[in-house]
Amino acid sequence: MRAPLSWLRDFAQFPDDIRGLTAALDDLGLVVEEVEHVGEGLESIVVSEVTEITPIEGADKIRRVVVEAGDGPLEIVCGASNFEVGDRVPLAPVGAVLPDGTAIGRRKMRGVESNGMLCSGRELGLSDDGAGLLVLGDDIVASPGTLLTEALGLKDTVFDITVEGNRPDAWCMAGIARDLAARLGLPFTLPEPPAPPPSGVPVADGAQASVEDLDLCPRLTVSVLSDVVVGPSPRWIAERLTLAGMRPINNVVDASNYVMLERGQPTHPYDIERLGGRGLIVRRAGPGETVETLDGVTRTVGDRGADCLICDGENVPVGVAGIMGGASSEIAASTTEVLLEAAYFTPMAIARTSKRLGLRTEASARFERGCDPWGIDAAVNRFSQLLAESTPGLTVRDGTIDIRGAVPEPFTLAVPLARVRRQVGVPLTAEQIAALLDPIGFTTGAGDGPDLTVLVPTNRPDVRPAPYGIDDVIEEVARTFGYSNIPPHTPTWPEPGHLTALQRSRRLVKSVLGGLGASEGWTNTFVSEEAHRRVGLRGPAVRVSNPLLAEEPYLRRSLMPGLLGALAYNADRRQGSIRLYEVGVVFSHPDEGGPRVVERSGAGGSQKASLPLERELLSAVFAHHDDDARSAVGAWRVLADAFRVSGVRLVAPGPGELPALPAVLAGLHPTRAAQLVADGTTIGAVGEIDPGVATDFGLTHPSGTGTVARRIGWLEVDLGLLFDERVVPRRAMLAAAVSRFPSSDIDLALVVDDGVPADVVADVLGAAAGDLLESVTLFDVYRGAHIGEGRRSLAFRLRFCSLDHTLTDDEVGVLRGRCIDAAVAQLGAVLR
Amino acid sequence: MSEPIESDIEQILREGAAAIAAAASTDDLAQVETELFGKRSVLSGAHRSLGSLDPEQRKEAGRRLHEVRAALESQVATRRAVLADAERAELLIADRLDLTEVISDQVRSPVSRGHLHLVSQTRDELEDVFAGMGFEVAEGPEAETDWYNFEALNMPPDHPARGTFDTMYLDIGEPETVLLRTHTSPVQIHLMEEAVRQGTLPIHAVMPGKCFRLDTPDATHLPVFNQIEGLVVDRGITFGDLAGTIQTFTTAYFGEGMRSRLRPAYFPFTEPSAEFEITCAICRGEGCRTCSNIGWVELGGCGMVDPAVFVAVGIDPDVWSGFAFGFGIDRLALMRHEVPDMRLFIENDIRFLSQF
Repeated sequence: MRAPLSWLRDFAQFPDDIRGLTAALDDLGLVVEEVEHVGEGLESIVVSEVTEITPIEGADKIRRVVVEAGDGPLEIVCGASNFEVGDRVPLAPVGAVLPDGTAIGRRKMRGVESNGMLCSGRELGLSDDGAGLLVLGDDIVASPGTLLTEALGLKDTVFDITVEGNRPDAWCMAGIARDLAARLGLPFTLPEPPAPPPSGVPVADGAQASVEDLDLCPRLTVSVLSDVVVGPSPRWIAERLTLAGMRPINNVVDASNYVMLERGQPTHPYDIERLGGRGLIVRRAGPGETVETLDGVTRTVGDRGADCLICDGENVPVGVAGIMGGASSEIAASTTEVLLEAAYFTPMAIARTSKRLGLRTEASARFERGCDPWGIDAAVNRFSQLLAESTPGLTVRDGTIDIRGAVPEPFTLAVPLARVRRQVGVPLTAEQIAALLDPIGFTTGAGDGPDLTVLVPTNRPDVRPAPYGIDDVIEEVARTFGYSNIPPHTPTWPEPGHLTALQRSRRLVKSVLGGLGASEGWTNTFVSEEAHRRVGLRGPAVRVSNPLLAEEPYLRRSLMPGLLGALAYNADRRQGSIRLYEVGVVFSHPDEGGPRVVERSGAGGSQKASLPLERELLSAVFAHHDDDARSAVGAWRVLADAFRVSGVRLVAPGPGELPALPAVLAGLHPTRAAQLVADGTTIGAVGEIDPGVATDFGLTHPSGTGTVARRIGWLEVDLGLLFDERVVPRRAMLAAAVSRFPSSDIDLALVVDDGVPADVVADVLGAAAGDLLESVTLFDVYRGAHIGEGRRSLAFRLRFCSLDHTLTDDEVGVLRGRCIDAAVAQLGAVLR
Repeated sequence: MSEPIESDIEQILREGAAAIAAAASTDDLAQVETELFGKRSVLSGAHRSLGSLDPEQRKEAGRRLHEVRAALESQVATRRAVLADAERAELLIADRLDLTEVISDQVRSPVSRGHLHLVSQTRDELEDVFAGMGFEVAEGPEAETDWYNFEALNMPPDHPARGTFDTMYLDIGEPETVLLRTHTSPVQIHLMEEAVRQGTLPIHAVMPGKCFRLDTPDATHLPVFNQIEGLVVDRGITFGDLAGTIQTFTTAYFGEGMRSRLRPAYFPFTEPSAEFEITCAICRGEGCRTCSNIGWVELGGCGMVDPAVFVAVGIDPDVWSGFAFGFGIDRLALMRHEVPDMRLFIENDIRFLSQF
């Protein structure tokens, strides 16, 4: 809200120190977003009076003008012609600089010396009028030589202030001034406007009002003003409205807006002649009722039975209560009698309707935060007082029609001094607290012993009833005391700070992936239906009811679409030879049959709601130009090693027909993918992106005359499972002995069926080799015609070592024999 | 209809169907298609010969010819799908790799390290600073109910402040009950509920995580963003403790000479509430364009936990008091590393990622 300093000074004698005022406002939470110095750049412009106008020989566009600006006659050459001798016009003397930067110098034109420049409104940045000089009207009292800024009242400072949503009391000039005066220790006065002189005609003669739903409108007052002459506002009112950012319209509407800006109470003037039944009925809207608002839009209200309508005396809607009036009863040039509505509406009802209609106005914003229901009477008198200035014959009907339901009343809180001290952290005395609260409208009194009694005024709806209101009052104590005056103290406690095991594990995962040359990406949580389909995922996805993008309404079930998209983005920029990973959450629909997460929901948390199951995944794409499924397998081995995990098997569909893939392998190459299985629980997948999927994402490279899909390795691990040692056991962090004796290697090349995975062979060898085995490593795979279709040779190196002696050839020979026998017996292997 | 034409047409259908069925590959099928439907195909020939028939016959034969063409086209499509599937299967089967056969020594090793996302680096650093100050690091789910995101935080249904959160709701259960958290504050509620259940108060925790709001992405906003919050619930905690904690953090994270200050603000879940500002890191408080010549930049919000929040989770506000604070991790990273546009964080351009 824009607050001119001159207006604030109606209520307290604020000093000129703008920096100090700005700092004080900021510290009060009335944050100054901008300070505007009105009249800036016009400091050297003065008022001059035209004393002589003569033509210049040989020139028809310019004339010689003599002006008086306080220091004797000045000769000026001027091109404008909209003025006469005796008019007062702005003069930029020699040496002046106009707001646009033009410097005024002494010039000679057609033999005539020009000692300055007479200015138009546009040249001074005061209006759009550049057709002629800015001629001052008779209402402006200023002798020649007066500074123009003084003559026009342009010397002002406007603070653009953001008022927090809980401070409706401060959303007006008087409210800002009240806080600021209290902070600066200045007396604050908000004049009580006098009641209009009696007219002898009661308001109820020829006007009526009723409220059918007092829950929506707890207080309605109606006044009637007669003998109104609609016209422009007095200059000072129009100027103040303009400075505050509102456009002057006419004296009636301006008076209403002025009262709102001054006191925070919106009012609504109607042309009573245009109100059916010369009155108002305030009631709840029926389903589907319509009303045409001032902006010309026909609005449907009443769907949830919570909208409040203003109707005329014949029950025809003429406005949405507290939000916007209607065009039918608007003040017009012909209006002579005004009905003024001033009401208190239930804040929540206004908030609901305003939100639902998507219609927010100066009035609705104030009503929804909560206006002062007992500030209405002063606001109505102030309106009459202002309107009387421009309508000297104004008569106001006696009294108001005042309908009241449960109107909020001031209430008393017993504020424990100990709690104030405990929350704020400053040992304030009762007197100190009272001195902070009283100047901003609270009334304090000695309470029972340890309590301070605080009477909460009705313009402070942010202060709740007891017990929570106590802390609202404490906030006011802290705020007016000054947050910056509260001594900071850093608390300590015996409990140590730390990351959880899961967080440390997550960091280890990222560190491993970084070591593998993969960079961390961040892809969108929201995906299209298409995105899931493209990577082969079927089944329900969780949908956002009000998505940001209509085409991306689903919560991702996989990180694959995002990562492949990121790869394609980079590939399009000729930088597709990269590795990327993401650690992020994917969502399963509660209908999917997985474990259900049930949480408190609804009013008071009394109901239960099912939530999507969230799983945190590591997914990685290996897309260096020579990457493929092997890179992903290698990455998994490094990751497993980092977590001291050895029991996880790669379970792939057997050779032969193309297998149907489980969901965890969706989007993967059916014969180059495996599930990561820990003792029966699938914890992830490893493999290669299905060439069809890669092609679909544009991840191809040229081949012959066309293109073929790029080979892209894929690793996905459910981190919740990987980190759960009950699911994936880890080797204990206990030292095992390291032998001081030399080790012996034997190499075995075994021919086995394709259906027997190599790791199964390694396991059989390991089991047969016994305790002396140090490691078993696959070092060669060979397929060829003389081995036979559907079989291959796997070459393993087994390293043996004893802790207490050097192994003899005989010992190693026996172990070798056992290993071969086991492979032959259990796997049908043939030694090559 | 004349007999010869009719039998010709039926023969075309029979032979065409046989040819389609006999095609052994998609390439074969393409050949068959040309033969069947091309300009010199029997179908086209039969079509041309319609001209010699009388109008009544022409109509009938033309209709039949059209049917036959449609039938054959449909057979081609079906056959093509079968063949394509088989060819894909054959290729994939031939491409088989037993992943247990991968030989570690033959796997490509990286020659350059990968990069942790700048936002993750910032988050890690914040976690470490707070852990050093005695905070544990807690997390919570991204989808929440209205209770955890709003009501327990002193924002009952229809509370005007709810409107400022631009909430995304999920199509689950009753309308507007399940949502994507708009801030990390629901984690506070979970932590306090849990501490009450387990009898493990006090709480000293920070809570980083993703949050969601209906915000169109621009240079300084993302609809999915990261926040970190802190919560202290203990005996005798004061606003002065909050100010001191913010100051200690500011120095620990931003460095010596960096100051913080608190400004009154409004949040439904804290009372008193404040915004906290820190010395502008660009000009060190001298005043510059970044801080609009103020010397301070706003970092986040904070305040003393509102007693209504304590009551909602079953904590006695006469015994315990506490404070909470929160700010955007992405925004902090943006400021600190002079990132010109927040959308760079989600673009995943390797030229951006690998700078950090």
